[in-house]
Amino acid sequence: MPEGEIEPPPMLDAAVAFGRVLRGGGLRVGTDRLVEFARAIEQMDPSRRDDVYWSGRITLTSRPEDIEVYDRAFELFWETGGAAKPKPRPKVRLSVPQPDRSVMPPKKTVEKSETGQEAVRLRYSPVEVLRHKDFALYSPEEFAELQRLLADLRLSGALRKSRRLEPAPRGRHDPRRTLRGAMRTGGEAVRHRFRKARVQPRRVVLLCDVSGSMAPYSRALLRFLHASVVSGGRLEAFSIGTRLTRITRELTTRDPDRALRQTAGAVRDIAGGTRLGDAIKDFVDRWGQRGMARGAVVVIFSDGWDRGDVSVLAEQMQRLSRLAYRVVWVNPLKAAPGYKPLAAGMAAALPHVDVFLSGHNFESLEELARAVAAATERGV
Amino acid sequence: MTEASGGRRGALPSGVSHFRELGVRLREHDYLADEGLSTAIFLSLKLGRPLFLEGEAGVGKTEVAKVLSRILETPLIRLQCYEGIDVYQAVYEWDYARQLLHIRAAEAFGGEDRERVERDLYDREFLVSRPLLQALEHRGPMPPVLLIDEVDRSDDEFEAFLLEILSDFAVTIPELGTVMAERPPVAILTSNRTREVHDALKRRCLYHYIEHPSFEREVEIVRLRVPDAEERLARQVAAATEKMRTMDLYKPPGVAETLDWTEALVALGARELDEQLVEATLGSVLKYREDQQRAANAGLAALVSGLGRDA
Repeated sequence: MPEGEIEPPPMLDAAVAFGRVLRGGGLRVGTDRLVEFARAIEQMDPSRRDDVYWSGRITLTSRPEDIEVYDRAFELFWETGGAAKPKPRPKVRLSVPQPDRSVMPPKKTVEKSETGQEAVRLRYSPVEVLRHKDFALYSPEEFAELQRLLADLRLSGALRKSRRLEPAPRGRHDPRRTLRGAMRTGGEAVRHRFRKARVQPRRVVLLCDVSGSMAPYSRALLRFLHASVVSGGRLEAFSIGTRLTRITRELTTRDPDRALRQTAGAVRDIAGGTRLGDAIKDFVDRWGQRGMARGAVVVIFSDGWDRGDVSVLAEQMQRLSRLAYRVVWVNPLKAAPGYKPLAAGMAAALPHVDVFLSGHNFESLEELARAVAAATERGV
Repeated sequence: MTEASGGRRGALPSGVSHFRELGVRLREHDYLADEGLSTAIFLSLKLGRPLFLEGEAGVGKTEVAKVLSRILETPLIRLQCYEGIDVYQAVYEWDYARQLLHIRAAEAFGGEDRERVERDLYDREFLVSRPLLQALEHRGPMPPVLLIDEVDRSDDEFEAFLLEILSDFAVTIPELGTVMAERPPVAILTSNRTREVHDALKRRCLYHYIEHPSFEREVEIVRLRVPDAEERLARQVAAATEKMRTMDLYKPPGVAETLDWTEALVALGARELDEQLVEATLGSVLKYREDQQRAANAGLAALVSGLGRDA
């Protein structure tokens, strides 16, 4: 860009138009950030590409993941002449992935229960029946019912001692409250006060396999993940397939259907293959080792089919189990009579798993909630 | 550049009005920043905004605050975050033991009325200031540099509190009143991303993600920080760490490790890297047993051989 050729545009207008492109790419940029961006550019040289690039990146991104989106948007907007005359609505929209229908159970199952008499009967199935029913056999009506059941299910990690202190009848001396009391009794510390470490729930990390072989269960399990995330608490959710995607943010939307659509949009490998070992490695590398898995209860939802190298999975599970407080593995296939962990991935992972559960129906999710809250006994 | 916001709040070192000039200053103080980082620091100083730095461990996040305090010739006030950190450890705490003594003394000498004793009890002299209050109370030609290190280790409650402080640069002590900073401190926040820090806090800040440096830059950093290392050694070390970063390690070496390693080598009198030396000093650059094994399997000789980048 030769100098002097472009007249610096009114920066705020340009910033706002650029902001739209960024939002199209999924970046959260509020007006406050855009104003900041405009102010930053004024401190720099608006006719110089790198100055604009850095001013924007420094003011408009807030996570390393944002940078890729930012780079693409920047190229689109500023390097195709957008800066010279900012269009109110840039024609080119960044790709916002379409919701992927494959979160749904395989068509066969849905159609059967939608058309067959079975569906009519099941629509009125009492809660007790629903609790034991396999998710793979659910009708759409039953999913709605499941939503109500899930709302009451709380997923909260086993308790651990926090470093925050709270008042207690005995423990460490608490000079602050002792003095307060002393003021009331004319400076005499009649009663000494104490405090001790507060207990708080451990962080819970959910890793949900969304590959093809898990499709009959992903829909229900993602709903479970959603219900757990919106109920608050220290919880993180990821999807695993051929890659790892953090979906905690997408799942925080209250409305379950919208949240699931957003999640499907963010997860690009739904109903694809599984590379469990690589995905778990990715988790431990990017999040787990830094602290997210430390002292946490980590729950993996997967049938253990791994197309990748099984020795990678074994090694990564060992690493994960060293970091985590407890590792829980939930495998919907476990419920089948005579189930044996024959899938190579499952067999490789089991030695590093503390609790092994089924998770194929609502009752087993209740069991999971209990296991996560207790998570004291090794092996089950 | 007549924007009102830039004037009073900013804290640029004198003689610096462009990010390149700042880059030169940083370099004079042994810190090599690339264009992105220089711009981030420049804007943070100019606009008076806290700077949020993320990046792998050992890329020099904390160092930014240290070097800024040298350049601005102003104290560095450091708040190391940890889980459970609260206001009493970060802002202020009353000195209870002395307060109790004061009450007893007042009683012993008698005569003083209760109200007065109580008023004196919450006098500034009984207040112990912790890093955040120190930063707000600082008076001088330049605001202090406030380093809030590893914010990600603190918890949500503390984050909310930080958000308040970083918005107003003021804190209210119920017994004393509000303490307001004369000029907002130069605030640098760092995070290793052990968890995602809340968006609201990040929105208050400018953001920069520090990457591992390029080969040439790393050689320069080594030369600058370990002047005893010879050019050839510096290039070999930088090339070897660059290779290690592509080896899919649990903890790829950061600049800090490169410097540690070079120092170890220089201490051993090395002028050139060879396989034996790598083996003897591997612990100063790779700190996981698995990583050391992986490097050994790939062949330590490979790390030194074919260092095509030799000067």
